[in-house]
Amino acid sequence: MTRHSVLSRRALLALMAAGSTAMLAPGLSRAQTGGPEPRPGLRRIPSTGEQVPAVGLGTWITFNVGADPTLRDESADVMDAFFKAGGQMIDSSPMYGSAQEVVGYGLRKLGHPQALFSADKVWISSPAAGPGQIEESRRFWDIPRFDLLQVHNLLSWESHLETLFAMKAEGKLRYVGITTSEGRRHGEFERIMASQPLDFVQVSYNALDREVERRILPLAQERGIGVIVNRPFRQGSLTRSLEGEALPDWAAEIGAATWAQFLLKFIVSHPAVTCAIPATTQVAHVTENMAASAGPMPDEEMRRRMAAFVEDI
Amino acid sequence: MSEWWTYSLSDFLLFSPRTYYRLFELYNAALWPAHLLAAVAGLAILACMLRGGRGWRAACVLLGACWLWVGWVFLLDRYATINWAAAWFAGLFVVQAILLVLTGAAAGSSGEMSRSRGAAAITLLVFALAVYPSIGIAVGRPWTQAEVFAMAPDPTALGTLGFALLAPTAGRRWLLLAIPLLWCAISGATLWTMEAPEAPVLPAAGLVALIVAASRRQGAA
Repeated sequence: MTRHSVLSRRALLALMAAGSTAMLAPGLSRAQTGGPEPRPGLRRIPSTGEQVPAVGLGTWITFNVGADPTLRDESADVMDAFFKAGGQMIDSSPMYGSAQEVVGYGLRKLGHPQALFSADKVWISSPAAGPGQIEESRRFWDIPRFDLLQVHNLLSWESHLETLFAMKAEGKLRYVGITTSEGRRHGEFERIMASQPLDFVQVSYNALDREVERRILPLAQERGIGVIVNRPFRQGSLTRSLEGEALPDWAAEIGAATWAQFLLKFIVSHPAVTCAIPATTQVAHVTENMAASAGPMPDEEMRRRMAAFVEDI
Repeated sequence: MSEWWTYSLSDFLLFSPRTYYRLFELYNAALWPAHLLAAVAGLAILACMLRGGRGWRAACVLLGACWLWVGWVFLLDRYATINWAAAWFAGLFVVQAILLVLTGAAAGSSGEMSRSRGAAAITLLVFALAVYPSIGIAVGRPWTQAEVFAMAPDPTALGTLGFALLAPTAGRRWLLLAIPLLWCAISGATLWTMEAPEAPVLPAAGLVALIVAASRRQGAA
């Protein structure tokens, strides 16, 4: 991304349009605390103050389509809709099969959108193989450098973090992070958060999987670490399980017209959360997801009500 | 990696069912009419099994060629584009191809066939040739995504379960069964994680082959 702190005009307009309907009312709050309020739909990266949209795009499973030309084009369409709706952060990993290559295909097809915030991971046991894997990932994406690189699921994290911090010091990388998913190794995760100068952590969090609320999210706030949330819909199983259920009437108070928006608003309204990265193969879902980043957000009391409602279902 | 135990089965499902089945669709479209050749190979193997005796050697070589083809052209060239473990699977298929050729060269003829073992062996191969390719259609997928014996891994492994039951000695039987049984577990787990309706078919066939092979072993003793 060449204009890291400046949204593209199209993206800004899209987000302003979505945010223009926001009205603060009882039960609603701003998601972020501290410093000037971010613009509607945006969240501040704690370590730099740079603002990014609160909803990004994950690529786990959805973008692993191999050489299938039809599915590659569909992925590019999803990316196109994502950028048109003001999206920036796309997250992938060497673990995700062909997803990185498919992201690269989409970026080339879309003419390398300036708005991109590229987030990828290093996932390899051998410390010495880390730089080679990172370079291979960069070639797959077909970009000059990554904005964010994360140590995937803490695999060989000591040596890979050394590599990433060195890259950052040399200006070859803007942000460094670590990831986990589905509650793995949270104890070790916290120790790394407390001892390393991380810009981001990535964790699983949704209305049902809320373990990170106890220690990791507060620690992220305390340490000024941005939080990326993966599996916001439990790989789709959460939204599928809610399909036959009616949204509560009070969902309108937070501007949630669909279950996906309801669930995303729950996540991105947590003050520690910087960005949620739902994955999808459908353009309609991208638009729906992105709209969740703007408009009124639930306050703490409303968030408890939302979680209780989903748990009861 | 010390933390393998922290991963669940679903963590290793890297692709959607749609992507997986479209892989077969594109593969079938690209290689048609090689399917006719595959059908001829399957029927030839079946004929050798029915005839018994020295046809075993030719059948071993032919079936070994099928495993080599599937390992190379499907697993390595196609499946590996969406599953990084497929290169390892391809290696297993090559090993099975070598085992088949070596077993055929060493054995010379199939073993004495009891009626029940022979029936199980033929049933498994006929199921792989004629029924398995239709399962996708039965559960609502298009025929263009059919998985065909000697072209796709699942029916090839399934048919080989039957073929291996006719190996002349118990040792060779288990040698030829090991990798197809392993594949039944791997593919069964993949399909189960994808919530595919046909997920139980391969594990069930593997269980049948195991029971028949084990009972034969007891009988031989």
